[in-house]
Amino acid sequence: MAQINEKLRAALPKVTIEVSDGTLIPGKGDKTLFTAWRIAFFGAIATLIALPLLKPDPFKDIILFIPDGVITTFEVTFLAIFFSLIVGLLTGLGRISRIRPVNMIATVYVEVVRGIPLLVQLFYIYYALAKFVKVPDITAAIIGMTICYGAYIGEIFRAGILSVPKGQMEAALALGLSRSQAIRKVVLPQTVKIILPPLGNEFIALLKDSSLVSILAVADLLRRGREFASTSFDYFEAYTVVALVYLIITLFLSRIIGIIEERMKTNAR
Amino acid sequence: MHDRVRIIQAVKKYKDLTAVNKVSLNVKAGEVVFIIGPSGSGKSTLLRCVNRLERLNSGQIWIDDAEVTNPKSDIRKIREEAGMVFQSFNLFPHLTALQNITLAPVSVLGLSKDETIEKGRRLLERVGLSDKEDSYPEQLSGGQQQRIAIARALAMEPKLMLFDEPTSALDPEMVKEVLDVMQDLAKEGMTMMIVSHEMGFARNAAHTVVFMDNGEIIEKGSPSDIFENPKEERTKKFLQHIL
Repeated sequence: MAQINEKLRAALPKVTIEVSDGTLIPGKGDKTLFTAWRIAFFGAIATLIALPLLKPDPFKDIILFIPDGVITTFEVTFLAIFFSLIVGLLTGLGRISRIRPVNMIATVYVEVVRGIPLLVQLFYIYYALAKFVKVPDITAAIIGMTICYGAYIGEIFRAGILSVPKGQMEAALALGLSRSQAIRKVVLPQTVKIILPPLGNEFIALLKDSSLVSILAVADLLRRGREFASTSFDYFEAYTVVALVYLIITLFLSRIIGIIEERMKTNAR
Repeated sequence: MHDRVRIIQAVKKYKDLTAVNKVSLNVKAGEVVFIIGPSGSGKSTLLRCVNRLERLNSGQIWIDDAEVTNPKSDIRKIREEAGMVFQSFNLFPHLTALQNITLAPVSVLGLSKDETIEKGRRLLERVGLSDKEDSYPEQLSGGQQQRIAIARALAMEPKLMLFDEPTSALDPEMVKEVLDVMQDLAKEGMTMMIVSHEMGFARNAAHTVVFMDNGEIIEKGSPSDIFENPKEERTKKFLQHIL
């Protein structure tokens, strides 16, 4: 029986199923995907250029109206990425820590955060914070995004650290390094390479999810679009531009990540 | 010569498996001890207990006057003095050959970079790899990697070297280059505990051969005693298989 299973398993094709919130990462290896990426990316840019030329009213006004929002979206995204990397690293280390309370806190944090929708978290943090301290809307948004993504990125760090072969830690310890030195000098440098692709994915997902902060009176790209539409009633046109701009940004980012991945493959260091 | 390593009634269990069962063994300073035995006989586990990569369930291990098995001992200090070479080399893949060697002296001993680089180069020369200092592990053959790993351990100037099947993962044509380095070390008077199946090498380099089976030391003696006149039935059987 065991043998039959063995054979069956050998006969099955090896498939890795990767599903994430990010866009597909186009690499040159996958021709179809790369072509699809080009069509979507250049199509979106062409459309965004053509629309104000063909129909200046209202597209020209919309395009002049939303750049502030793009800047805010970038601001929220990059600050949230920065802080969630810090939180994520600490969480990842906490999740593998041998100190029980530390491990517990990190694990509970991940469990709780992953069990609550981001939108609910944002509302909660926004109004919970408002109850005790007055913080600007954008700060609340960044805190909310950080708390949420810190947990996800923590899991990426954890998986990355665990994927470094055990022998690396042993060799470092055998040389007299302390555990924390071994992690800093031997394990983490190797982890970074492994987790770069999933991290990139997470960044794209974060950028897209940053549109949720428009609910918190943060004037990001989506909210600027909505503001425009609510005065001019050009809902269709405004959201078309908003969608195109998001698409261009995420496709651009995913291509950059694809390039980084290809570089890392050819130059394994 | 005094005893460098003293293993007293060592017991190591994994759940209901007793990997090392009441093993006692002394290794003198400058002695080269070979531990042989079938796979699963506990020889690697025993070796890994000597620098406390594994903890004993009972018994004691001493290196000179430091008790390895005492939780209060400064294990880092002990490990500095007991170099280890692994079957799978375990070089740090993100560092060059030279950086692999200098990492521990810089971060553990706090030596200056220049000083350790100088020393690292001398060690590379010693293992015959002077031209490889900027190579990364993946650019090196298995034999070269293992020689770098030996140099890395020697950089801490240990007084004891532990070899855990150092040639088992190597292609046959690369075994000799690693054994040559080990032979030189033995000649220089390094205390060595070697888990290996290189019987030819054991004959030439070992002072003592220990045969283990089922977590116990079955027989111990000079290479000629063990290889030519084994007393125990199990030793005979094992040697028939392997020679």
